[in-house]
Amino acid sequence: MITIQELDAIKERTLKAMGAKLYKLNRELIGEKSYRHVLICGGPGCHSSKVEDIKERFIRAIDRKGLKNVEVSIAGCFGLCESGPNIEIYPEGVFYSKVKPEDIDEIVEKHLCKNEIVERLLFEGARKGEQVIPVHQVDFYKKQKKIALRNCGIIDYNNIDEYIALDGYQALAKVLTEMEQGEVIEVIKRSNLRGRGGAGFPTGRKWETAYKYHADKKYVICNADEGDPGAFMDRSILEGDPHSVLEGMAICGYAIGSDQGFIYVRAEYPVAVERLRTAIKQARDKGLLGKNIFGTGFNFDIELRLGAGAFVCGEGTALMESIEGRRGMPRPKVERTAHKGLWGKPTIINNVETLANVPPIIINGADWFRSIGTEDSSGTKVFALGGKVKNTGLVEVPMGTTLREIIFDIGGGIAGGRKFKAVQTGGPSGGCIPEEFLDTPVDFASLAKIGSIMGSGGMIVLDENDCMVDIARFFLDFTVDESCGKCIPCREGTKRMLEILERITRGEGTEEDLERLESLAENITISSLCGLGQTASNPVKSTLKYFREEYKAHVYEKRCPAGVCRELLEFYITDKCIGCTRCARNCPVSAIRGNVKERHTIDAEKCIKCGTCMEVCPVGAVIKR
Amino acid sequence: MLFIRIIRTAEYKLSFLITWQGGLSMELKINWEANREKIDKLNEFIENNRHKDGVLMLVLQEVQELFGYIPYEIAKLISKELKIPLAEIFGVATFYSQFSLHPKGENVIGVCLGTACYVKGGQEILKKIEELLGITVGQTTPDGRFSIDATRCLGSCGLAPVMMINGQIHGRLTADRVEEIIEQYR
Repeated sequence: MITIQELDAIKERTLKAMGAKLYKLNRELIGEKSYRHVLICGGPGCHSSKVEDIKERFIRAIDRKGLKNVEVSIAGCFGLCESGPNIEIYPEGVFYSKVKPEDIDEIVEKHLCKNEIVERLLFEGARKGEQVIPVHQVDFYKKQKKIALRNCGIIDYNNIDEYIALDGYQALAKVLTEMEQGEVIEVIKRSNLRGRGGAGFPTGRKWETAYKYHADKKYVICNADEGDPGAFMDRSILEGDPHSVLEGMAICGYAIGSDQGFIYVRAEYPVAVERLRTAIKQARDKGLLGKNIFGTGFNFDIELRLGAGAFVCGEGTALMESIEGRRGMPRPKVERTAHKGLWGKPTIINNVETLANVPPIIINGADWFRSIGTEDSSGTKVFALGGKVKNTGLVEVPMGTTLREIIFDIGGGIAGGRKFKAVQTGGPSGGCIPEEFLDTPVDFASLAKIGSIMGSGGMIVLDENDCMVDIARFFLDFTVDESCGKCIPCREGTKRMLEILERITRGEGTEEDLERLESLAENITISSLCGLGQTASNPVKSTLKYFREEYKAHVYEKRCPAGVCRELLEFYITDKCIGCTRCARNCPVSAIRGNVKERHTIDAEKCIKCGTCMEVCPVGAVIKR
Repeated sequence: MLFIRIIRTAEYKLSFLITWQGGLSMELKINWEANREKIDKLNEFIENNRHKDGVLMLVLQEVQELFGYIPYEIAKLISKELKIPLAEIFGVATFYSQFSLHPKGENVIGVCLGTACYVKGGQEILKKIEELLGITVGQTTPDGRFSIDATRCLGSCGLAPVMMINGQIHGRLTADRVEEIIEQYR
């Protein structure tokens, strides 16, 4: 058992040892000021690029040079995956990107020994004119505000002491020793924290329902089955700051009167699973999980359960079925899960990001949280920016930030100088938002108004080269595959919708198809059993609404304006052709004719549109049109 | 009537076995002696966890981890140990995409087909890998060295398009890089 005094002692001791990386938090340094700190990003993006090797090389190079007072550590995701592997050097906050193991010697030699900037590795946005600016002034970070990701990219995720040093487990101590269960719920209710998993249900109200329902056993579940394609916020939190989730769960456990928590994490995230295992073990060893926490008589333990690759298990009741050892099929919602959930007991199921928000709310109070964001949606939201945007990565912004700010100011706009077309939010349950709505503030109500949803936070940017009909088809293909098959509207309806969309992308669509698509979309929405089916037609509905012209081009003109749908394309050889005959020799159906050193032509009748000619042409004379 | 029913039952059993064995071409009898260690481990796992609620998922995950797939005989063993009907085990095993009823290659290549990878050409990457190995998604090369899966979002969208080989993520792929990477595993 650990006492609060011991917790404070760990905090004080570790803060001193954490060194110069605390400058990232703008914290007054307690330890030695002459310390230098090399911080390496160990996020999902950078981790795959051998960060361990980079760290090892730093340590060896520093040793060789005989440098003193330089620390090297790996932390969770810095957010800017595009430019990874990333490195920051403190106290100056110099930001190096795309660092390879063989660059390390140069950084040590120049930066650490001679205080010179290694210009070629400096992140291109970390410069204003001639001047090098510290990382927190870089455009990508300037507009961000970190609550859920507060510790990501700073603390060593494998060291519980560093979490404690940055006020970790203080919120748990506070609720256990100073607050009644009802008071905790009151704070969460007043903070207006809403579920970050997508639906935005008020967390405090959910907790209150379970709290008021009497039962011999209650459960807390952390939904870490982050299945939305294009979303990796939860993964970064779990990997970069696992204890914040554990603490949030324990606080929830105390508030509703539960002693058992489950984290259901998807098996596609092996690194997150490993770090959670370590974190749970450390918390148990310290007595922050288990029996009689802080000597208050409160017991709470957490067990890890793994998913097995079923998207529908992100749905609350399907997830519970899966934990119970069955096929993950949603239950009819006759009763709330806060009354009858896991094994028929009152169960609170919260998303990873929601839980990570809980400890700071307890420490700083509901008013602080409400002061951030909008009236409708308090606090911040983490988004995973992906697709055709320049700075792909993870961003956390106050609710109410506009899409334009996120995509253009933070994300740096569209890569390759192409034109923005749409942004897809909310994954397969969300919609595509066109350019005219770029100034929409991002909060739950505003996004719903324009036919999309906040979703869990995936934000895929699409440019002029993406076909919206094809994107709708892509998501339907996903839903058809992931539909559990329990209710007919979802099982049969989505399949029929997919067939229609496939027809349209093949150029076989008719006017009737568009009408049928619309009526099917509506029917599936109102008659499906769970959220998967109810939202499955959102991608179709929103693209039909905002990009109808594109559907019409496919149906009436048999043309794909974006040049994606293969069957609707014509391959054409321009006058750039040098007559090398390579295309003609490689064409599998001999559809290309022409003499040596003369311009070739493609016989459209014979052409099977395989694209081989385009691939083999040495001068880029073959185009799609 | 009875005759029809008998035929139906036989058909059912056959289709059950076909699915389980991934096509009749593959003979899938596990060698009990050679797998003794794994089976002992599994028995121990079952012993340690049988009191837990929802144990079937845990056991199937362990089997998948130990054997790389869920062999028919092992499913029967679980059925007997946990007193869960084989049909129910089959139901669960086929519901989740991580469970496989036939062996995978030594190197499992998972090509991400999440949204970010899709818009950045994940499909082309998959096509290239299929070409290189001469097999399609869900298949294993005849020498048992490689198999290809089309996976759900791997959460490395910042590096799209990506693939995962034996748990290791390879990002920012191009057709040329794919060839290079696969060469390393040959």
